[in-house]
Amino acid sequence: MSPIRTAYAAAFGPTEAGSVRSRPPALRVLICGAVDDGKSTLIGRLLYEAGAVPDDQYAALAADSQRYGGGAPGELDFALLTDGLEAERERGITIDVAYRYMATPRRDFVFADTPGHEQYTANMATGASQCEVAIILADAVRGLQEQSYRHAAICSTLGIRQAVLAVNKMDGVGFSEARFEQIAESFRQAAARLHLDCVAIPISARHGDNVMKSGGNMPWYQGPSLLDHLERIDTRPVDHDLGLRLPVQGVWRGPAGERIYMGSIAAGRLAPGDRVTVAPSGASAVVAHLWGADGTVEYAGRGAPVAFTLKREIDLGRGDLLHAESDAPCRANHLAANVIWFGKSHLLAGRDYELRLGTMTSPVTVTSLRGKLDVETGERLAVAEIQRDEIAICHLATPAAIAFDPYGHCAATGSFLLVDRTTGDTVGAGMVRNALDRGSNVVAQALTIDRKAREALLGQTGAVVWFTGLSGAGKSTIADALERKLHSRGKLTFLLDGDNVRLGLNRDLGFTDADRVENLRRVAEVARLMVDAGLIVLCSFISPFERERMMIRERLSGIGFLEAFVDAPFELCARRDPKGLYAKARRGELRNFTGIDSPYERPASPDLVLDSSLHPPDVLADRVLERLIDHP
Amino acid sequence: MDHLRRLEEEAIFVLRETAALFRRPVMLYSIGKDSSALAHLAAKAFWPAKPPFPLLHIDTTWKFREMIAFRDRFAAALGLDLQVHVNREGANRGVDPFSADANTYTRVMKTEALKQALEAGGFDVAIGGARRDEEKSRAKERIFSLRSAHHGWDPRNQRPEFWRLANPHLGPGETMRVFPLSNWSERDVWRYTLAEGIPVVPLYLARPRPVVRRAGALIVVDDERIRLDAGEMPEQVSVRFRSLGCYPLSAAIESQASTVADIVAELEASRTSERQGRLIDGQGTASMEAKKREGYF
Repeated sequence: MSPIRTAYAAAFGPTEAGSVRSRPPALRVLICGAVDDGKSTLIGRLLYEAGAVPDDQYAALAADSQRYGGGAPGELDFALLTDGLEAERERGITIDVAYRYMATPRRDFVFADTPGHEQYTANMATGASQCEVAIILADAVRGLQEQSYRHAAICSTLGIRQAVLAVNKMDGVGFSEARFEQIAESFRQAAARLHLDCVAIPISARHGDNVMKSGGNMPWYQGPSLLDHLERIDTRPVDHDLGLRLPVQGVWRGPAGERIYMGSIAAGRLAPGDRVTVAPSGASAVVAHLWGADGTVEYAGRGAPVAFTLKREIDLGRGDLLHAESDAPCRANHLAANVIWFGKSHLLAGRDYELRLGTMTSPVTVTSLRGKLDVETGERLAVAEIQRDEIAICHLATPAAIAFDPYGHCAATGSFLLVDRTTGDTVGAGMVRNALDRGSNVVAQALTIDRKAREALLGQTGAVVWFTGLSGAGKSTIADALERKLHSRGKLTFLLDGDNVRLGLNRDLGFTDADRVENLRRVAEVARLMVDAGLIVLCSFISPFERERMMIRERLSGIGFLEAFVDAPFELCARRDPKGLYAKARRGELRNFTGIDSPYERPASPDLVLDSSLHPPDVLADRVLERLIDHP
Repeated sequence: MDHLRRLEEEAIFVLRETAALFRRPVMLYSIGKDSSALAHLAAKAFWPAKPPFPLLHIDTTWKFREMIAFRDRFAAALGLDLQVHVNREGANRGVDPFSADANTYTRVMKTEALKQALEAGGFDVAIGGARRDEEKSRAKERIFSLRSAHHGWDPRNQRPEFWRLANPHLGPGETMRVFPLSNWSERDVWRYTLAEGIPVVPLYLARPRPVVRRAGALIVVDDERIRLDAGEMPEQVSVRFRSLGCYPLSAAIESQASTVADIVAELEASRTSERQGRLIDGQGTASMEAKKREGYF
């Protein structure tokens, strides 16, 4: 008897433990498609016909149908069974994914009812990542929508291989076979391009045709009903024969203070005595004791939660990936991935995010955008930025090597989140395509003469002063005054100015958001090299986005850095207009001009605020100088 | 793989993630079958270590007597640290299920009490046994579900939840709720309880009990605090509870299911939902959502 059972028996007397007939896991079915194609109605209909609507909920449904429903008097509005949020019921739409459970004598089901509106695509994709089979609804009257294709593309990207095209509202087209064939045929081509194994079924969710029983109003349809088809669908996973993959969730102390490692086996198997390797460190160890959910075990396979001790302690903790010695995952700091993007701002090359892959977390930079997936044709289109709800193909780089597998081989070690580090929001869901070895062959060369040595020779400490603010705020004027003061004190300096850099190093870049990000990334790297040379670097750039200023701060971490916010009212800057740019922007001759049609995000916590409407440049330059001397 | 094994693995995975990702987790314990299954899973998840979080019971002081006795014995058997919190201010004001309306009572003695306990304990994440099949707004809940600084739920702005990857970022004052049993149905919980031999409060099992009939509901007369109306006479009926709340607010059902195995069989044939006996749910179509927005668990 397990120790927990023994404790129960001691406390409550012998407990009743009975055998329970084993059942296969529930089939997880996604229901998606465009707005008003009838997704919620279909689920309600399925639940009702399968007898999964309890009497008291049925009574509530009848009452709700009178209050909110749009049908004829006395007609049940099945969508109200699943649209559980007040806002959904009032507006008659689905906002968030709802999970509903249903059992037939043959099989258990979990249906994920997902929203069709474009603005809730993230919620639809959330549901898709949990499912094995997708029902894509189409409205027989309106035909296929872009959203139908988008949902099919998201399903395919997330690895769903089995799909059903349910052509709904057949009652609205007089149960026409020709109309059904037309829709099914145009979808068939898209499905093939997306590698979806797709069956088309004509239905009427409102009246129940071909949902549970086939025939009725469509004698020409010889195939199975929707439920028949779902009950028989075979979703055995493709076995990639991977060796052990065990992402370590954490280490907890056992009763005797021993270190106990825990995690769920994502692939392969584990037994006491097995020698396992840790990625990315490469260390290896031998498993001493192994526990499964029911106590000590001699073997554990895929999908089992395990706890174990090691024969000899090594450095192992959360975020490490244990693998079989003979079968290693990819180990690289550069990878290609598909990313479903949900950020409110665009996905741009050069931006930094937090990567959460398996149990591991790391900073990550989008190094390049290779394109976006065209949801209708399945082709890759070249783009400079990715908007909300688009699927990007991009390259990502981490500061150190990480361990992963291609998503198609192992979802648990090949899927990741991108998190915005300023807001904490989840902005992307990614799937690894493959490792890129370009990065891993480039290793930083250790050099004998370093920054310290150069600083000693110059008798100064390298540092960066970063001036940010609107055009005309006085950044360059103050920077120039500061440079003169430093120069006269015998300090070696360099001033990187927005316009000068754009005339040379960055002359290939414009003023779109994507180009602004790349502009600043290059400037930050140049500043870093100059600081390594021992120089005091003054940078004068509008740098309007908080995220980029954060990126700059991080790239320059470990060296003296001052962020100086040159603050002046917008009206004053526009009046000064030293380069005549505000006037041009107002006439519409200049686009993406900060303050006019491109935003300036005020720094949250700058090291210095220099108000050029109150003080002359010389006084402000002195204030920076004091800080530089106080905190070299 | 077996259905229950998969659900068990998922719950254990979620419990371990919660313990690893947050500073100070706590597991809410309501004494009900879902709570007990959850505490049982926590003991298994960290075996042979102890679960690295305490159990917290929000005591309204109107729980059935059998429940309190069971609670203490159950926590002790699993070796779990049990903390009990009562909204003393509310109790002193005399907020009870007879004199206050059900909504006020629930807000003060459950929702407010929970906020007090979470804030006093400095807990950044609370683990609960709610399931998506219980109720329509629960069906929309994430496994990792963010709460505002006021413990409110914003159902229209939930974080996308992909695969099994949690985003544990919390803003100032924000907390997380975690529901490891999200994908379990009522039947799954009972089948698991049976398979694992998890003890349950005897109120779940049918016994002859003194009841009065009120508005079609069977109310068990638990102690002398219940106020009988003129002419009301308790009668002995074989009843059990499908869902256990505070005793004047939970109605019993007539049943002959006197063992857990009987309950599993009874559920196969049932035509009503589990929360039908919860008298607070029916007030307004989306009343559970309204309570959750206020911070109800």
